[in-house]
Amino acid sequence: MRFVRFAVFLLLTVLVLPVSAQDVAQVPLSSETLTVYSGRSEDLIAPILHQFTAETGVQVEVRYGNTAEMAAVILEEGDNSPADVYIAQDAGALGALAQEGRLLSLPSDILTRVPAEFRSNDGLWVGLSGRARVLVYNTELLTEADLPASILDLASPEWAGRIGWASTNGSFQAHVTAMRLLLGDDAVRAWLEALVANGAVAYEGNTAVVQAVIDGEVQVGLVNHYYLYGFLADNPDIPAANYFFPGGDPGALVNVAGAGVVSTSDQPGLAQRLILYLLGTAAQEYFAAETYEYPLVVGVEPSVELRPLAGIEVPVLDLSDLSDLQATLDLLSETGALP
Amino acid sequence: MQITQTFRNTTQRMTLAFPMSIPFRLPSMLQAITLLIVALVSLPLVYLSVRALGAGQEGLGYLFNERTLRIVVNSLVLTAAVMFAAALIGVPFAWITTRTDLPLRRVWLVGGLLTLVIPSYIGAIMYIAAFGPRGLLQSLLEPLGVTELPSIYGFWGAFLAITLFTYPYIVLPVRAALLNMDPALDESARSLGLNRWQVFLRVTLPQLRPALASGMLLTALYTLSDFGAVSLMRYDAFTRVIYLQYTSSFDRHRAAILSLVLVAVTIGLIALEHRAASQHHNYRIGVGCQRQMPLASLGKWRIPALLFCGVLMIVGVLTPTAVLVFWLLRGAGELSFELLQPAMNTLSAGGLTALVVGVIALPPALLSARTTSRFNRWLVKFAYLGNVLPGLVVALALVFFAANYLPALYQTLPILILGYSTRFLPMSIGATASALTQINPRFEEIGRSLGLRPLHVTMRIIMPLARTGILAGMALVFLSTMKELPTTLLLAPTGFQTLPTEIWTAHAQVQMSQLGAPSLLLIAVSALSLFILLRQEKRS
Repeated sequence: MRFVRFAVFLLLTVLVLPVSAQDVAQVPLSSETLTVYSGRSEDLIAPILHQFTAETGVQVEVRYGNTAEMAAVILEEGDNSPADVYIAQDAGALGALAQEGRLLSLPSDILTRVPAEFRSNDGLWVGLSGRARVLVYNTELLTEADLPASILDLASPEWAGRIGWASTNGSFQAHVTAMRLLLGDDAVRAWLEALVANGAVAYEGNTAVVQAVIDGEVQVGLVNHYYLYGFLADNPDIPAANYFFPGGDPGALVNVAGAGVVSTSDQPGLAQRLILYLLGTAAQEYFAAETYEYPLVVGVEPSVELRPLAGIEVPVLDLSDLSDLQATLDLLSETGALP
Repeated sequence: MQITQTFRNTTQRMTLAFPMSIPFRLPSMLQAITLLIVALVSLPLVYLSVRALGAGQEGLGYLFNERTLRIVVNSLVLTAAVMFAAALIGVPFAWITTRTDLPLRRVWLVGGLLTLVIPSYIGAIMYIAAFGPRGLLQSLLEPLGVTELPSIYGFWGAFLAITLFTYPYIVLPVRAALLNMDPALDESARSLGLNRWQVFLRVTLPQLRPALASGMLLTALYTLSDFGAVSLMRYDAFTRVIYLQYTSSFDRHRAAILSLVLVAVTIGLIALEHRAASQHHNYRIGVGCQRQMPLASLGKWRIPALLFCGVLMIVGVLTPTAVLVFWLLRGAGELSFELLQPAMNTLSAGGLTALVVGVIALPPALLSARTTSRFNRWLVKFAYLGNVLPGLVVALALVFFAANYLPALYQTLPILILGYSTRFLPMSIGATASALTQINPRFEEIGRSLGLRPLHVTMRIIMPLARTGILAGMALVFLSTMKELPTTLLLAPTGFQTLPTEIWTAHAQVQMSQLGAPSLLLIAVSALSLFILLRQEKRS
């Protein structure tokens, strides 16, 4: 009977399962186990959490996922969420959880480790690393003196055919959201229309924009600061540099990846200890070395020669508010910035 | 088998004595079991209703604005286009690879079905990498002076990708129907003077209608629920907006309202399917024993048939695979033993789900194939509604229920399997039910009258006779489960890695070279499983 043989085949497949499930189930009975929901990747987060376990004896169980989906899961779990700590790739998702009352207030010894502009105004979450928005430019075609004083100046016709952007990218869209909050929808609409009229070239992601600037396909590109350093690590001679818009310009946004303690945690003290660890010198240096992002704790130096964070005049903004993306997307579609 | 065979011969003679109009009385037990199963997979609908009610008045305003209506239309246009294109590819492909003397039929069949195992988010990335304005194809054409290809983004890209990913949903049930078909009908039609083409249109196609309709329904549901391809191809479809509500605006109420619109659209589609599948009886009622269908000779059509299969293979499977291999070779990515455990997990999850779904699909399938009652037919189709919801929605619904009402089971395997089953049950019901329409219900009745219990009738008569359909359904569920991402990410036990989650990890880190190994492994494992599955359908 082939049918029987088929059933046996399937059963054998299934028998493999307990073996694999067992690894998963090997949770030590110690009460000191933290559950972390991470929107940042396993490659980045797992080593530092192992180090935390090695130093403190606290076991950490991590579920990895997309930052926004993890936030949605915590919202759905509601009062029964097993999560103690939520680590997010951007401030908007943390803001959404804070708004729904799903985060606990952090003590001041955690909050004061990072400058006020990189944490929640209500003390509900804290930034772990900074991601600056910059104008990357081709150093063979332009000098810093050629670059505009404000991101809004890119609307002028002299920049026609010279700009690259990644309009489908989340970081870009968060930046446009920030600009809407700072300048109002009408000003941003006019700016987007002007850039589209200037023939701004849309690339798939920040890496492609930086590549296009290096190749001279476009002269400047709107990206996050750290992509350039990936290229520089491969070849220090590439003709590209980052430019920070001066004077608190809306172009000089610094977004953060951050963390908070989930309100249903039954061990908030332990959860805070983990966040404090992530804000410690070792962890901050680790993040900086792995990602080229800005360490946010005062006194920890970036891994490469970045413009000091204190030297960037960031616009005044509550990063929690960056959760209103729908209006941004509507604006991008209506102006033709999104293909 | 011997018993069944003799039994079949006897019963077929006996059926002559009964007029066809006596309705088959359904044991109410079957109805009760079906009700239970449908209730279980309808949990997401309960969740959505709870959430939608939370939106209040403002939610209604959102529902009826111009943008919402526009994207509904976008989704419907795409769905209709994909459904018909997939049928136009799927039916000839199933026929050529099942009923003709095409050389290497099984190889073509497995190759053609393989697009089913390519997750749409991977496939779409591959198509963009291959056919994008500055993709691999353009770089091959560069010496000829082609600096940019026309944009693949938008409707056509989404249409191409989803059609190629979904036509196997039509091939499998149609193939099962072709295998079960009684050659006597074709022969009678031929002897009455119809040519081969007329036979296909007037005899074969009508018999394929239930299978084709259920396949097209699955295609439509896939298109409506797919997120990966439409978002990568930047087509403004409905799922994109639902995802945005969850992941960008964090507005669960609006997301629920929009998801319920999808459900409403699906109810409309199901009504259409009912009409298409209609009430044909496709089983043999005459005297004698059904033999296997002889293979048609392709003759001078052999070359076009090979060409058709070849092009389908190149575009559907070889192109994405070639891009993956290219990335694998270019980068430092390698097939390491670290992927062994995820591969095992993927196989077990798929196998377990296929078994579970194969079993729980039987009662609804039986009910829908044997019922004449409108209520029963709709009851069964309610099980389809979970399939139209995007994976994220189903997963979040089960997160809600499990975390709040079954905390002991939350983030364990049973809930994960429930999640998969909710999404993929219709695939099994559809294929099984269409196979059942090809079996004369008198067999079951005689079995009962000879003293078999209903369970034994199912085991000894229905399952052997409907085996091709049941297997086709389980194959669909198996392959779909193996590539499923959102359900796995959100519902799996912590640390339970599958090949799709490995692919996702690589993609999230923009490490395309790392993406090659798990993707190729997933395709290879699926191809092997598909081959083994198809070997089982040979009649003994």
